[in-house]
Amino acid sequence: MENKTAAVAMRNITKRFGPVLANDKVWLDIYRGEILALLGENGSGKTTLMNMLSGIYFPDEGTISIDGREVVIRSPKDAFDHGIGMIHQHFKLVDVLTAAENIVLGLPGRLDLKAASGRIREICDAYGFEVDPDQKIYDMSVSQKQTVEIVKVLYRGADILILDEPTAVLTPQETDRLFAVLRNMRDDGKAIVIITHKMHEVEALSDRVAILRHGQFIGDMPTKMTNAQEMTNMMVGHAVTLNIDRPDPVDPKPRIEVKGLTVRSIDGILKLDDVSFTANSGEILGIAGISGCGQKELLESIAGLQPVESGSICYIEDDGTKEELIGKDPLSIQEMGVSLSFVPEDRLGMGLVGNMDLADNMMLRSFRSGRSLFTDRRSPQHLAEAVVRDLEVSTPGISTPVRRLSGGNVQKVLVGREIASAPTVLLTAYAVRGLDINSSYTIYDLINRQKASGVAVIYVGEDLDVLLELADRILVLCGGKVSGIVPGRGAKKRDVGLMMTKLGGNADE
Amino acid sequence: MFDFITFLPRAVVQGIPLLLGSTGETITEKSGNLNLGIPGIMYVGAISGVIGSFFYEASFASPKDIDPLLGILIPVACCLLGSLLMGLLYCFLTVTLRANQNVTGLALTTFGVGFGNFFGGSLIKLSGSELPSIILSATSNAFRRSLPIADKLGWFGKIFLSYGFLAYLAVIIALTVAWILNHTRVGLHLRAVGEGPNTADAAGIDVGRYKYTATCIGSMIAGLGGLYYVMDYASGVWTNNAFGDRGWLAIALVIFTVWRPNIGVLASFLFGGLYILHMYIPSGMNLAVKELYKMLPYVVTIIVLIITSMRNKRENQPPASLGLAYFREER
Amino acid sequence: MNKTRTPLFHVSKRGALPWYRTWAIRGTALLLALVLCGIITSIVTGQDPLAVYAAIWSGSFGTKRKIWVLLQNISMLLCVSLAVTPAFRMRCWNLGGEGQALIGALTSAACMILLAGKLPNWAVILCMIVSSLLAGALWAGIPAFFKARWNTNETLFTLMMNYVATQLVAYYCVVWESPKGSGQIGIINPNTQIGWFPQIGSQKYLLNILIVAVVCVLMYVYLNYSKHGYEIAVVGESERTARYVGIKVDRVIIRTMLLSGAVCGLAGLLLVGGTNHTLTPTIIDGRGFTAVMVSWLAKFNPIWMILTSFLLVFLGRGAGEIATKFGLNQSFGDILTGVILFCIIGSEFFINYQIKLTRRGKEQ
Repeated sequence: MENKTAAVAMRNITKRFGPVLANDKVWLDIYRGEILALLGENGSGKTTLMNMLSGIYFPDEGTISIDGREVVIRSPKDAFDHGIGMIHQHFKLVDVLTAAENIVLGLPGRLDLKAASGRIREICDAYGFEVDPDQKIYDMSVSQKQTVEIVKVLYRGADILILDEPTAVLTPQETDRLFAVLRNMRDDGKAIVIITHKMHEVEALSDRVAILRHGQFIGDMPTKMTNAQEMTNMMVGHAVTLNIDRPDPVDPKPRIEVKGLTVRSIDGILKLDDVSFTANSGEILGIAGISGCGQKELLESIAGLQPVESGSICYIEDDGTKEELIGKDPLSIQEMGVSLSFVPEDRLGMGLVGNMDLADNMMLRSFRSGRSLFTDRRSPQHLAEAVVRDLEVSTPGISTPVRRLSGGNVQKVLVGREIASAPTVLLTAYAVRGLDINSSYTIYDLINRQKASGVAVIYVGEDLDVLLELADRILVLCGGKVSGIVPGRGAKKRDVGLMMTKLGGNADE
Repeated sequence: MFDFITFLPRAVVQGIPLLLGSTGETITEKSGNLNLGIPGIMYVGAISGVIGSFFYEASFASPKDIDPLLGILIPVACCLLGSLLMGLLYCFLTVTLRANQNVTGLALTTFGVGFGNFFGGSLIKLSGSELPSIILSATSNAFRRSLPIADKLGWFGKIFLSYGFLAYLAVIIALTVAWILNHTRVGLHLRAVGEGPNTADAAGIDVGRYKYTATCIGSMIAGLGGLYYVMDYASGVWTNNAFGDRGWLAIALVIFTVWRPNIGVLASFLFGGLYILHMYIPSGMNLAVKELYKMLPYVVTIIVLIITSMRNKRENQPPASLGLAYFREER
Repeated sequence: MNKTRTPLFHVSKRGALPWYRTWAIRGTALLLALVLCGIITSIVTGQDPLAVYAAIWSGSFGTKRKIWVLLQNISMLLCVSLAVTPAFRMRCWNLGGEGQALIGALTSAACMILLAGKLPNWAVILCMIVSSLLAGALWAGIPAFFKARWNTNETLFTLMMNYVATQLVAYYCVVWESPKGSGQIGIINPNTQIGWFPQIGSQKYLLNILIVAVVCVLMYVYLNYSKHGYEIAVVGESERTARYVGIKVDRVIIRTMLLSGAVCGLAGLLLVGGTNHTLTPTIIDGRGFTAVMVSWLAKFNPIWMILTSFLLVFLGRGAGEIATKFGLNQSFGDILTGVILFCIIGSEFFINYQIKLTRRGKEQ
C-alpha cells in the first residue's frame, strides 16, 4: 500500500472563517481501492476539509494534488472534472424537481430525461437501490433523498467519493446495504472517504482511519491496527469513559398521559396513528424509531405546536388532577402553569435565533414576564452569564450572536435556557446530534440531573446505543404507530432495531 | 352594445408591453433575482430606442426617406443595449456585490424613470417642438406594418393579423421561454439556480453566470416592451411619464401567471383589456367613475394573488431563493 | 494540461467591523457618488463642477425659506420611513407606504371638506386625526391579514394597493373638484381655514417637524426596548422560533402592519392638514418608495434614518436646483439620486465582505 501514488494528496491546508481557524496545516492522503474513515469531534474541521476537496470552499493556504499533479479546485465543477463526488450531510437536492432532474443537474449535453431514467434504473438494479426517477423530491422520505444523492454521484461516475455522515438517517438494514455498495466500489478501485461519528461503523467498514482534532491532523493508521478506545483518545486528546450514567427513577408518578393521538401533516399524510403512552416524573422515556416516523410530530403535539386530528394529551398534576393540552398553544400551556421545556431538533431554526446574542436568546422564554410594556434586559443577561459559566460554553461573550458559536455550544445555550425555568416536563429531540463526545456527555449529565429532580423527560434519540444506556423505558415508533414499549435496562439492541422496522418486532428471520 | 371587434385588438396592443415585461421578469425571477427595477428598465429600453431612431430620422432631410429595415434595426439595437446595461448594473450590485434586491430594484426604477424622462425632455427641447412630445411617425410606421391581407379578412384579420411584428415576436418569445424553461437543460439549470443555488452550485452549475445571463436577457426582453409601447402602441409618440405604471403591472402579471410565460400570452391580453376597459364602458358624463375603472387590473391582480396563496400548490409558489443573494461560503 | 488557474482574488465574509470603519466606507462611497454626479452634470451642462456643487448646496441651504422646506421634506420622508420600518424589521416588505399615506391624506381631506361648518374646528381636526390613522392602518391591514392567514406575498400586495389608492384619490379629486370642471380640488377652506393645523409662531412647518421628531424617538424606543419590538425582531428572524416560544405570529404581523399603516396615515394627515391644505393623487410624491431606501440605508434604525433621509432630500433638492439653474429637466434629479444610491448600495459589500489577493494575485 505504501508504494501507491495517493489519489488525493492534501498538503498544509489552512482555512479560516473570520477569527475561527477551521483547518490548520492539514495533511491528508486518500488512496484508490481503500475506504478511509475521517474521524474527529464536531468542529474539528472534517467537513470543512472535505468541502475544500469538493469545491464548496477554497483553501486559504496549501495545495491539493490529484494523482500526483497539483490542481486547483475552485468550484464543484472543477471537483467533478477531477472525479470527486461528495454526498453532503445536508442534501443538495432541489425540492420541486424530480429525482431524475436532480440527478442530471449540472451535466452537459442535451436534456434527455428518458435516457437518464433508464440509466438510473440500471444503477439502482445493480446496487439494489429503489428510486422512482419521476418522483418529486418533496414527496420523498429522508432516506429516499439520500439514495437519490448516492445515485447522483454514481451516475456521474465519480471515482473519488466522499460521504459526510451518510448513516445518520438510515435504518440498520439500509446501512448494511450501503456498506455493501461501498465495499463493492472499493473493490472496483474507487477511493472512498466516509465522515462518521459512529465508532462501530469505522471498525466495520474502513481500511484506514485518519483523525482530526481542533482543525489539526493528528494521525492516520490502518483500522486493523487500532481499536475504539485508542481512536477516541486520539480524537479527544484524553481518555473518556464510554459509560452513561443511569440512576434508578425516584418515586415515578404519571405526568403526561397520551391516548389515541392521531396527527396528519398538512398534505394529509398520517404521521401519528393512535399513539398511547404515559411518561412518568423522575424518569427518562426514550423514543426510538427510524428518522421521520412521527417523533417530531409527537413532541410538537405535546408542546402545543402541532394541530392534532384526534386523541388526548393530559398533563397530570402531583395531586392527580388532569388537564388537557390539546388545542392549546405554547403560550396558553405556559399560562396554565404547566412548565414544559422543549429542546427542538432544529436548534438555530426553532430553538434559538441565530442572529441574536446569548442574552437576547435567553429572553425568548421570559420576555413576557412583568406588566411593563418594556422588556427586562437585566435578568436574561444574568441568566446568560450563568449558563456560560455553569455549562462551560465557549464564547467570546454574552453579546456574541449565537450563530457564531459551534454546534455543541449552541446546544448548551439552548438546553441551559430550557432547564433554567425549572420545568416539570422536558422534551428533547436529537439532543446530541452533531455534538462531540465531550459535549454529548455534558448533555446526558444535564438530562440525568433533571430526571433526578423529578422532571418527566422525553428523549428522542437516533443512536440506539445511547438510548439503551440512558433511558429507563424506550418507546419504539414505527411508521407513526407504537411498535412497543420496552424497559431500557436489559433491552437488546437487535430487538429494538427490529421493532423500528416492523410493528411489534416479531420478525421470523 | 359592447364593441368586441375594436376592443380586442386594443386590449392586445395594451397587453404586449406587459407580456414582454412579464416574460423578462419571469426569466429573471426564475434565477432567484426579484428585479423591481423592471419599470425603470422598460423606460430605459423605450427611450434608448427613441434616441436611436430620433437621430436616425434626423439624419434625413425628410423622415419619410428612411430605410424601413434600418429604421427598425437601429431602435431595436439601441433599446437592447440600453436595457442590457441596466440589467448588468442590477446584476453587478445584487450578484457580484450581493446587495439587497428590493432596494437595488427600487433605486434602478428611480434611475430608469428619471433617465427616460430626462432624455425624453432633452430631445423634446432639441426638436424644438411646440408639443411636449417627440413624434417619430416614420419609424413607427415601419414598426406597425402588418400583413397586407389583414384588411381583407374582416373581423378575423382585425383580431389576429392587424399587429406589428413586435407583437408576434412577443408571443413567440413567451412561448419559446416557456419551452426552454421546461424542456431543456438550460431551463432545468436555471430553475435549479432559483430554487436552490447551493444545490445548483454543488452540481457544478455556475450560479453567478446563470443569474447574470438570465437577468440580462430578461432585462432586454422587458426593454423591448418599452420600445413596443412607444413605437407601436403610441404610434411613435414619446411623452414623458406616458408609459406610466405598466412596469409594475408587468411584475404583477408574473405572479398572475404563476411564473409561466405561456399563460402570460392570454393573461397579458386580459390585463390589457382591463387597463383600457374604462374607455369602452359607457359611464355617461361622469369622469370620476372612469378613474375607478382604472383600478381594475390592480384589483384583479390582488384577487389572483390571494387565490394562489390560498390554494398553496407547490408548483405555483415563487422560486424558493427569490430575493436572496447567494454566497457560497455562507456559514 | 491543467487549464484551471488560481483566481486572482478571493472573496470571504468578514467579522463585525468597528462602527467608524463602517461609516468610513459609507462616507467614501458617498464622496465617490458626489464626484461621479459632478462629472455627469458637468458633461451634460458643460459647467464647472464647483458651480454644480454650489448649486446643490444652495438648493438646500440657499435661503432661510429653503432651509425650512428642506426640514419639512426631511420630516415627511422620515415619517413615512419610520412607518415602514417596523414591518421591515419583521422582514415584511411593506412597499405600500405610498398608498397608505395617500389614503390617510384622502380621509383628512374628506373630513375638511365634508365636516366644515358642521362641526367646530377642533372637532374637525380630531376627526381628521382619527380617520386618517384608521384609514392608513386599514390599508396596511388588508395585505397583513392575507399575509398572516395565507402567507400571501405582501411585497406585491402592498405594491398593488398603492395604485388602488391612487385611483381612489383620483376619483374623489373629480367628485370634489373646485372650481367645477377643473378636475382638481384646490386649496380646501381657504377662507375659514377649517381643518388647518395651528401654526407655531410664524413657522408653517414647525409643528410637522416637531411631531415627526417625537414619532422618531417613540419609534426608536418601541422597536428597541418594548416587548412588541422584541416580538417583531423574533418574528423577523424566524417565524418558527416565534411560534415555538408562543408568539402569535399572525397577530404580530397584523398588529405591526396596522402600526405601519397608521404612521403612514399620519404622514398623509400632516401633508394635508399641516402644509398643503389640498389633495392630489401625487401628494405623497414617491416618498413611499424612497422610504424603503431610507430605512434600509439606516439599517432599520430610526435614529440613523434622520441622517439618511436628510441625505436623500438634500441630494434631491440639490439636483432640482441644478435642473432649474442650468435649464435642465427636473428628472435630472432622479438620475443623480439613482447614481448616489447605486454607490451606497454597492459600498455595503465592502462592509460585509473582504477581498483577499491569492498567491497568484500577489505575484502579479
